[in-house]
Amino acid sequence: MHPVVKLVSQRLALGLLLLFAASALIFLGTLILPGDVAQSILGQSATPEALANLREELGLNRPALVRYFDWLFSALQGDLGIALTNGQDIAESIGKRLGNTLFLAFWAAVISVPLAIFLGLLAVRYRDRWPDKLISAVTLASISIPEFLIGYLLIYFVAVQMGLFSSVAMINDSMSLFEKLNAIALPVAVLTLVVLAHMMRMTRAAILNVMQSAYIETAELKGLSTFHVIARHAFPNAIAPIVNVVMLNLAYLVVGVVVIEVVFVYPGMGQYLVDHVSKRDVPVVQACGLIFAAVYILLNMIADIVAILSNPRLRHPK
Amino acid sequence: MKNIPISAMIGLFFTALYFLMAIFAPLLAPYGMAEVVGDVWEPRSAEHLLGTDNIGRDLLSRMIYGGRTTIFIATAATILSFVTGSVLGFFAAVAGGWVDQLLSRFVDLIMSIPTLIFALVVLSVMPVTVPVLIIVMGLLDATRVYRLARAVAVDIEVMDYVEAARLRGEKIKWIIFREILPNALSPLVAEMGLRFIFMVLFVSTLSFLGLGVQPPEADWGGIVKENKDGIVYGIPAALLPAFAIATLAISVNLVADWVLNRTTSLKGGRG
Amino acid sequence: MSEPLVKVRNLKIGATVYPPGEKPHDIEIVHGVDFDLQPGKVLGLIGESGAGKSTIGLASMAYGRGGVKITGGEVWINGRDVLKSKLRDVRRLRGAEVTYVSQSAAASFNPAKKIMEQVIEAAVEQGKFSKKDAEARARTLFAKLGLPDPDNIGERYPHQVSGGQLQRCMTALALCPEPDLVVFDEPTTALDVTTQIEVLMAIKEAIRDTGVAALYITHDLAVVAQVSDDIMVLRHGNTVEYGSVDQIINNPQEDYTKALVSVRSIHHEEKAPTSEPVLSVRNITARYKGTNFDVLHNVNVDLHPGQTLAVVGESGSGKSTLARVITGLLPPRDGEIEFAGRKLSADLAGRSQEDLRELQMIYQMADVAMNPRQTVGTIIGRPLEFYFGMRGAEKRKRILELLDEIELGESFIDRYPAELSGGQKQRVCIARALAAKPKMIICDEVTSALDPLVADGILKLLLELQKIENVAYLFITHDLATVRAISDNIAVMYQGKVQRYGGKTEVLSPPFDDYTDLLLSSVPEMRLGWLEEVIANRKMESAGN
Repeated sequence: MHPVVKLVSQRLALGLLLLFAASALIFLGTLILPGDVAQSILGQSATPEALANLREELGLNRPALVRYFDWLFSALQGDLGIALTNGQDIAESIGKRLGNTLFLAFWAAVISVPLAIFLGLLAVRYRDRWPDKLISAVTLASISIPEFLIGYLLIYFVAVQMGLFSSVAMINDSMSLFEKLNAIALPVAVLTLVVLAHMMRMTRAAILNVMQSAYIETAELKGLSTFHVIARHAFPNAIAPIVNVVMLNLAYLVVGVVVIEVVFVYPGMGQYLVDHVSKRDVPVVQACGLIFAAVYILLNMIADIVAILSNPRLRHPK
Repeated sequence: MKNIPISAMIGLFFTALYFLMAIFAPLLAPYGMAEVVGDVWEPRSAEHLLGTDNIGRDLLSRMIYGGRTTIFIATAATILSFVTGSVLGFFAAVAGGWVDQLLSRFVDLIMSIPTLIFALVVLSVMPVTVPVLIIVMGLLDATRVYRLARAVAVDIEVMDYVEAARLRGEKIKWIIFREILPNALSPLVAEMGLRFIFMVLFVSTLSFLGLGVQPPEADWGGIVKENKDGIVYGIPAALLPAFAIATLAISVNLVADWVLNRTTSLKGGRG
Repeated sequence: MSEPLVKVRNLKIGATVYPPGEKPHDIEIVHGVDFDLQPGKVLGLIGESGAGKSTIGLASMAYGRGGVKITGGEVWINGRDVLKSKLRDVRRLRGAEVTYVSQSAAASFNPAKKIMEQVIEAAVEQGKFSKKDAEARARTLFAKLGLPDPDNIGERYPHQVSGGQLQRCMTALALCPEPDLVVFDEPTTALDVTTQIEVLMAIKEAIRDTGVAALYITHDLAVVAQVSDDIMVLRHGNTVEYGSVDQIINNPQEDYTKALVSVRSIHHEEKAPTSEPVLSVRNITARYKGTNFDVLHNVNVDLHPGQTLAVVGESGSGKSTLARVITGLLPPRDGEIEFAGRKLSADLAGRSQEDLRELQMIYQMADVAMNPRQTVGTIIGRPLEFYFGMRGAEKRKRILELLDEIELGESFIDRYPAELSGGQKQRVCIARALAAKPKMIICDEVTSALDPLVADGILKLLLELQKIENVAYLFITHDLATVRAISDNIAVMYQGKVQRYGGKTEVLSPPFDDYTDLLLSSVPEMRLGWLEEVIANRKMESAGN
């Protein structure tokens, strides 16, 4: 078998295995509590009879392993169970919200990825001069403040003081795309700021790493123009590290979304998750956790696969 | 200790200032932590230097007590994360074989789930108290420290001077404490600074989401949550923690940078 | 005499250094160098590391690596001062009139592109040849440089050919645009000796056939003597001596040049074997964990007290693996080792403290063989403490004695490794080994990371210490000059087997087996015309076959 095919399929298998193990871990994570779901729902003052009845109703008396596989197989078939708090179908509630979350993350990515790569290149081009220093100062500042505070800073200065955009990002189906974009302008800005810093810094490091290779010196000593050196010699070797940077930051974005949705009261997965954590609605938390973990594992897997595919040593074996 | 660059000096100064403030909070705070002393969201005045909060408590006092809680939780979680992570990391590197495999694969698994999501899953079933927070945050973060400690130790392990010590017949205790640890200390201390910042951000985020420090206890994330409704009326009380967190984080960052630079210079330069 | 192709006048080069704990500042690394180079001639630039030779080579292309800046002087090429030219004109020069061959072709080729694409790039981009003509020319050069399958090798990626082949491809890359001058920067240093001579022959013939001029930069005087017309000896950024190759090799004027010419002239009489060897390696076969081939096959050697056994071979010959087996780091699959009359445990863990003390080791890279956080006193003192339980004044007295033996003063006791030069570091490692009062020391390529004169000093010291302490050396090296200088017995290793073994005189005298013959005839000799002889001999042999 061609080594690339072998490595990629190994990585895919590892991704699946990881996902399976992560689901077990999430299920296990909800078992380490003192008391159980029935206790959580009914509270400390519940009578033993009521608890026993509810346990029976929820199937909590069955062994954990049976419940886990039951849960996993239903989840694989799209059945995520029923929310304890309001009895609604979880899959249905999530469907809509997942779409909203992806909408938000998509626009944040569309803006931040090209911008970060451009600014990263700029930082390399003007290394150790003021644009580079400014960029690293902004980076330091933005990784020193939690996302939600960046959100409130923007709300305070942009929405309240300047009266631009809305401080809550409510969207619904009846809105046009433009109205939706207007509504999510601020959360997108916050997410962009948050991932931009990391992405820029990592892009800068990745390109600098390539630019310091001996083959770049060879290209320069061939009398090629700077553009030519970068486009033909640096770029092909920088793709993999940059894709890696982008994927890692998209994974980071997925998590950032959770907090930002709460700040802007945005009807997405993140808010749904946080709400139900406070309400101790375990089935919902498990379902959301599984979906977030799956996206995260998927993005990390893509990063690795791109790295395998772009490695000339693997693509053209001896 | 001469030759400390200005940036590191500033960092050290402010870091020390915040820690002193945390330790001596009861002496410094003008009012009690949960004491209602004024009207809702009073502007700053001589009595209330930073104004009052959403139910009329003195904001400066809440910020000082809040800093105390935040810094205490972050410090405790950092220590827990460091002790667990670096002990296991060194152990895995020196032991090698299946011990290393088992530990490393388990850490890979934990790290395949985003930390915040994992924390939320666990906190959905655990009682949210300060010890639980410290344990959950510390153990989840220990995975990062484990990776670093293991990587650093593995790098040092393959050095000829460690081999020379093995060939001399040195015991594992000498190899870890006299050969590896002195060379691993600086990168680990620098990383400790970064982990501490991360813990501050993490506990603030959890409190903001209502899953961290519970009222009436104050902490920086909680102050944002309590006062966030004021923002739309143009009351910036909720933004104060941003300033506090950012200055603390930047100060610690400057110190960590300096420690890290000292490490790299030691490799090539004079001790 | 016609106008020189290259005329360098008072060239000064500076660099920014970043010493830890101090402000970055500029220092001068080349202090005014002059030379001329006529078309079609070769000038050798020779010196130790830090002499500024590579920097001067790159300056001829108006290029400074890293923080290096050309601060003064003139570099005239084809009648133009390139240091005063605009960047655009410099780019027209690079890759067209002047080209460059680096030490590591493996790093200098872009891993993502095919070899052909990279070889013809400069010629095509500079408008010297059409793509088709450049490719045809590249194939001719591949053939001339003795590359296998010259018509198709260009279609491969750099990682698909061997190191020696890639170095020749790099030479083709430099020659393809028909330049007037090629800068060769240590082009054979990273290669094994038998590969080095092939590349060297290819370069020499290519220079002769194309009539190109060259700057040949190396630290190895014997190599540069084979390819140059003139030689410039550099030290610490200054010219020590500059003259024709004949004058430099046969009639050097300066002491430094004389020392370089007579390097490795240590004479050591072979000692007769004693009755009882201190080390007997019996039928050792070994492989690394997780692999399925043996790196050592049935190895048998003896080492006698107070003598030196040189284990010589190229990379991959298994010589370092043998050291790992003897030290117990790699238990063999088969065979046994007898040391000082007792059978050694195969595994390190099973050896007694006495075994460990009497068998010491010195490493190739002294930098990483010492803990950077320990002072010289701690490093040398630890074996004294560990094996002999010495403390306080007694220990200090012994450390000072050892420092004296390695010709370092008392003041070194509190220094850290980072404060020592390469030669001093290796001396401290020798002292650490001697502190254990060993019967035998394994020396693993202990001089190969050092400049020739420093290496000579270390070898002399080792020989002297051998006389005083009666310690035996197992000397692992790839360098036959070192072997000649210090050994009593020699084991030539090739592909994990002992190819030839015996007393020094016997091993180094004909009749030879094929491999030993190839190895011995590949070691550059410090005399003019040596390479031509080898080329002629090998051509004759291959014609005879």
